[in-house]
Amino acid sequence: MNIFKKQSDLTTILVFAAGVLTMPIWLDPIGANYPDLLQKFVIFGIFAVGYNILFGLTGYLSFGHAVFLGVGSYTAVWSFKLFTMNVLPAMLFATLISGLIAAAIGFVSMRRSGIYFSILTLAFAQMFYNLAYSVLIPITNGETGLQLRMHDIRIIDNYFSDPLPGLPSTELFGMSMNGYSGFYFCAVVLILAFYVAMKIFRSPFGMKLKAIKSNQHRMRYVGSDTRPYLITAFIISGMFAGLAGALLAVTDPLAGAERMQWTASGEVILMTILGGVGTLFGPLIGVGVIKYLENIFSAINEAVLHNFFSFMPLWAENLLVAITVPFVGEGWHLTLGILFMIIIIFLPGGLMEGFQKIKKRYLTISMKDSESTTKQE
Amino acid sequence: MDSILIQLLNGLDKGGAYALIALGLTLVFGTLGVVNFAHGALFLIGAFCAVTFQKILTISKKVLDPNITYFDAYIEQPYLELWFGETGLAVIDYAVPLSIIVTIPTMMLIGLTMERGLIRHFYKRTHAEQILVTFGLAIVLQEIIRHFFGANPIPTPAPDIVSGSAAIGTWIGLGENFVYPWWRLIYLASATVIISSVFAFLHLTTFGMVVRAGMFNRQMVAFLGINVQRKFTIIFGLAAVVAGVAGAMYAPILPPDYHMGMDFLVISFVIVVVGGMGSLRGAVAAGFLLGILQSLASMTVVSSLLPGIDQIIIYLVAVVILLTRPRGLMGRKGVMED
Repeated sequence: MNIFKKQSDLTTILVFAAGVLTMPIWLDPIGANYPDLLQKFVIFGIFAVGYNILFGLTGYLSFGHAVFLGVGSYTAVWSFKLFTMNVLPAMLFATLISGLIAAAIGFVSMRRSGIYFSILTLAFAQMFYNLAYSVLIPITNGETGLQLRMHDIRIIDNYFSDPLPGLPSTELFGMSMNGYSGFYFCAVVLILAFYVAMKIFRSPFGMKLKAIKSNQHRMRYVGSDTRPYLITAFIISGMFAGLAGALLAVTDPLAGAERMQWTASGEVILMTILGGVGTLFGPLIGVGVIKYLENIFSAINEAVLHNFFSFMPLWAENLLVAITVPFVGEGWHLTLGILFMIIIIFLPGGLMEGFQKIKKRYLTISMKDSESTTKQE
Repeated sequence: MDSILIQLLNGLDKGGAYALIALGLTLVFGTLGVVNFAHGALFLIGAFCAVTFQKILTISKKVLDPNITYFDAYIEQPYLELWFGETGLAVIDYAVPLSIIVTIPTMMLIGLTMERGLIRHFYKRTHAEQILVTFGLAIVLQEIIRHFFGANPIPTPAPDIVSGSAAIGTWIGLGENFVYPWWRLIYLASATVIISSVFAFLHLTTFGMVVRAGMFNRQMVAFLGINVQRKFTIIFGLAAVVAGVAGAMYAPILPPDYHMGMDFLVISFVIVVVGGMGSLRGAVAAGFLLGILQSLASMTVVSSLLPGIDQIIIYLVAVVILLTRPRGLMGRKGVMED
């Protein structure tokens, strides 16, 4: 299933931890080493890993997971406003509350499966999104988005010390969560989250979820009630999403409802599928590829393209610029859509499947080679 | 009373758009068995057919403004006016209704290309994959539209003669204050005509009969030596035309922008599910029903009682229906059941 199959869980998690924590070093050559982008990698990594627990293991396609991301962000910002700028309570509250909402949505949605499940989750997501812009404005602050203010009460912080002038920043026992320290904090959370996900994948619980994906009826025939497992999986993945939402607020204490739009749910589906559904590392690869490309493509504009093609004769330069300009900058979503279609059409298993195919082909070729050499001998 | 009637008409209008999209979705699903998330994009393309047509008609030349004599002032004058005078202006005025003539063949072509080029390869794949690939296609189409037309809504006025309001109140004796925009009435009428003609086509022609038979039992019809696939492909084109015409006619009501397709798609999908997957009548009924419910919920009386209900009523109804009547309002047995 994955490249670390033969190693123990411990080795896997150690290698993974080393890989994540050294990201500033090995991402430097491709120009992705700055805190903002690194934070996005790890935060959306948590989101995708959590989503994969639901979609990858059970095959239930939820179109409403962005709700939990949004709820997590709102809860975290409220925790900053009401209690303390310390990030731990914020993350705790965010995870719990999104877990509760996931329990409610999951309890109802999991009564149906297939496309009906997708539509139900989509309907709930739209409800939350619309309410955030209407009735819930006292909580969400509508289009402006929820943000920190000078006169927030912050009970705990203000009890211990007088408020300093200026907006406070998020902190972990005095350590500010800006820049690289924010990244390392999120990275540690990702490693923990990944460890939990890996344990779930390898546990009897994970096996049951996989069995539900392969044949739910058979599971029922052998006397196993699938519903509690499905709801639990839904809640867990909702909590992962809430945690990711909280971390988004930790690195930038601002929450807006556009995070909850159903296209945001679409994005996490894209990431999971692009990397490889149901594999441990696939979603993370998907997140990396999409966030990196997004970063590059949306920064390019016409002038950059002219510069890039300037070695060619003028007419060719202008032609190539005219062809490529719709795909960069604002048009990044066009590139994303095309990329996504190509993946679904030719490689439904995502990049992980692609790697497997290449590996298999390479292996069979080398085996044939060794066979032919033995015959010659 | 007046406000209820007005909202009822508004609801029928919205419901007309929903029903037309949902009808196409159901047709495609019932024939090809494909869940098409790109159907909203077809509605969008239809609306932009009207926009493009109007833009082409109003291609203008800069001419000297005869009214200003003390310096050179230029005004834009459409070529049509320069060439044909008053007739040209009248044609420009009627751009939206006339654009239907262009929209129908364009949408047919787009529909057939889409079916042959992409959808065909997804008959045997899972519904999840169908949803995802058409979702990707919807993003691509929407972004192409944005590249060419920008992100802002483009006002596309209806002809002058119907830009005012109809005095419905005086017709039925409810006072002169009860008026309703002409174009919305026309939209409602044409939605009714389109829906009836689709049903007539399916129920009164041989082609329609074969299609219905194919929806019922595809294999059997194929055994009779009928090329079911070709008929279904044409039905896909027809669904695209229905969505496209709905979009073109809706342009004066709601200035089209690039994400209007997605907005309508989500609601239409909910409607299809509420009406019952695979049931054409269910889709139309649910479309009008939910349109009316949405309009009634936005009345001040209701929203003061239950704040925010107008925003979520559709989804709320969908959740309740899906949980109590799993097959939807008029769903047939055995269609899309787990």
